[in-house]
Amino acid sequence: MISANLSAIFYLVSGVLFILALRGLSSPETSRQGNLFGISGMVIAITVTFLSTGNFSTGFIFVLIFILAGGSIGAFIAYRIPMTAMPELVAGFHSLVGLAAVFVAISAFLNPEAFNLGMPGNIKLGSLIEMSIGAAVGAVTFSGSVIAFLKLQGIMSGSPITFKGQHPLNAIILVSIIILIYLLCSTQSSNLFWILLAVSFLIGFLLIIPIGGADMPVVISMLNSYSGWAAAGIGFTLENTALIITGALVGSSGAILSYIMCKGMNRSFFNVILGGFGATDETSVEKNKEQRPVKSGNADDAAFLMKNASSVIIVPGYGMAVAQAQHALREMVDTLKKNDIKVSYAIHPVAGRMPGHMNVLLAEANVPYDEVFELEEINNDFANADVAFVIGANDVTNPVAKTDPQSPIYGMPVLDVEKCKSVLFVKRSLSPGYAGIDNDLFYKENTLMLFADAKKMTEDITKNL
Amino acid sequence: MEIDPLIFRLSIFILSIFVGYYVVWSVTPSLHTPLMSVTNAISSVIIVGAIIAGLSGNSETVFNTSSIFGFLAIALAAINIFGGFLVTQRMLAMYKKKKKDK
Repeated sequence: MISANLSAIFYLVSGVLFILALRGLSSPETSRQGNLFGISGMVIAITVTFLSTGNFSTGFIFVLIFILAGGSIGAFIAYRIPMTAMPELVAGFHSLVGLAAVFVAISAFLNPEAFNLGMPGNIKLGSLIEMSIGAAVGAVTFSGSVIAFLKLQGIMSGSPITFKGQHPLNAIILVSIIILIYLLCSTQSSNLFWILLAVSFLIGFLLIIPIGGADMPVVISMLNSYSGWAAAGIGFTLENTALIITGALVGSSGAILSYIMCKGMNRSFFNVILGGFGATDETSVEKNKEQRPVKSGNADDAAFLMKNASSVIIVPGYGMAVAQAQHALREMVDTLKKNDIKVSYAIHPVAGRMPGHMNVLLAEANVPYDEVFELEEINNDFANADVAFVIGANDVTNPVAKTDPQSPIYGMPVLDVEKCKSVLFVKRSLSPGYAGIDNDLFYKENTLMLFADAKKMTEDITKNL
Repeated sequence: MEIDPLIFRLSIFILSIFVGYYVVWSVTPSLHTPLMSVTNAISSVIIVGAIIAGLSGNSETVFNTSSIFGFLAIALAAINIFGGFLVTQRMLAMYKKKKKDK
């Protein structure tokens, strides 16, 4: 058994290692080392916990069994999961952190002596406040992430679910959570604790159902942030530095990512959270739809255009992930490069279903990361490029965001694809994208639509090159 | 008068938020997905609370209501720790630079 002071110092060390783990992600070269820092931080934290409890009886064996059981499930998932399913995986993992926080809070509430927090029914006030906040945020994280997971997995429809009185209802529930925490702390009633948990689960569910599929990058980042705050809440209860530092890191990390994602759509955080975006009235869309001429082509035409180009910019989007076209795309690019054509990739901040989604998929297909550029880095190059190859992206290329102040996506930063000499647009049909609006790009003089599955079309083009 | 230890913890918390803020802004956007999976893994350090909860049973019986919740939390957090770090490792291993000889 080691002293409380010594273990506190070790917890601090593991907190610092976690900071270094995030710091490593500033470039791909240092990132792998960063991950090792993270793993060492975790090993230190767990070892110190064992040593500080000094309990190596039967209970210890069971702890090890549960760690191994959970660990093998986790490792199995980590090796088997396809890269395209990364958003679902992260959402699923968030739900587990949330639920773990809830369970720890329940355990501390039922048996506060084990944590030095007082006696059941007479828990120290400060600890009870921290515990109930941690439990409530954890419960919101859990149910919210489960909904996000179901939507991403396609088990639940990705379209927003809205009903009348939704926002007032949510507001009432949020206020009631605060009142419940206040009452719980003044009465120490265990019934109130369970009600608090139930209501928090409910609000997590209600908060996420109105948010549509393409807003998932914001939702996942937000839940990431929540899972951090929940951990910090529990960290305060347990007076554990590692947990407090980590909670703060993860909380601010998720918040920054949500901010970046919102900025990428030029929408305020509240606009996204209130939801319902993209649930446009079918009638208004129909009414505005005029028949405009579209030029469509086949793989042969596309191959011809690209063969005669000297530079090509690829714009991938969620559709590429759905069609699993990243490998086929890379093969196409390899062939282009053999013909001395310069190829680069342009990634919009909200392309895909989570931050950095496209980058991971391209990395999986062995695309070197120094060929992949962010919006600000590459947007000026479109004017000098010969061909833009848009695969699975839609709204993020819509020039209407720059020209029509009436449009719901007006002001959103978009890729200046239309400035290219010619645009190849791989898409299954002319249907509008997530925002429910028509893409002007389809009808431009220099656009050639390639109506097909992204993967099949890319393979066909490669054959024709 | 003594300062409540809570104030120290609060100071650590607030300073860590600032550290997190500056560190995360320096993360390159192409690594945002690994950032999410690694933050997920490290937030599972909540397992330390779960372990204390799991070991809260007395010498006669390992399992009581409180410790069972602790054990469940251990399993959940362990899924995240192993899953999170390994999947991050797997992703990071894929990020490669252009080969010079090509």
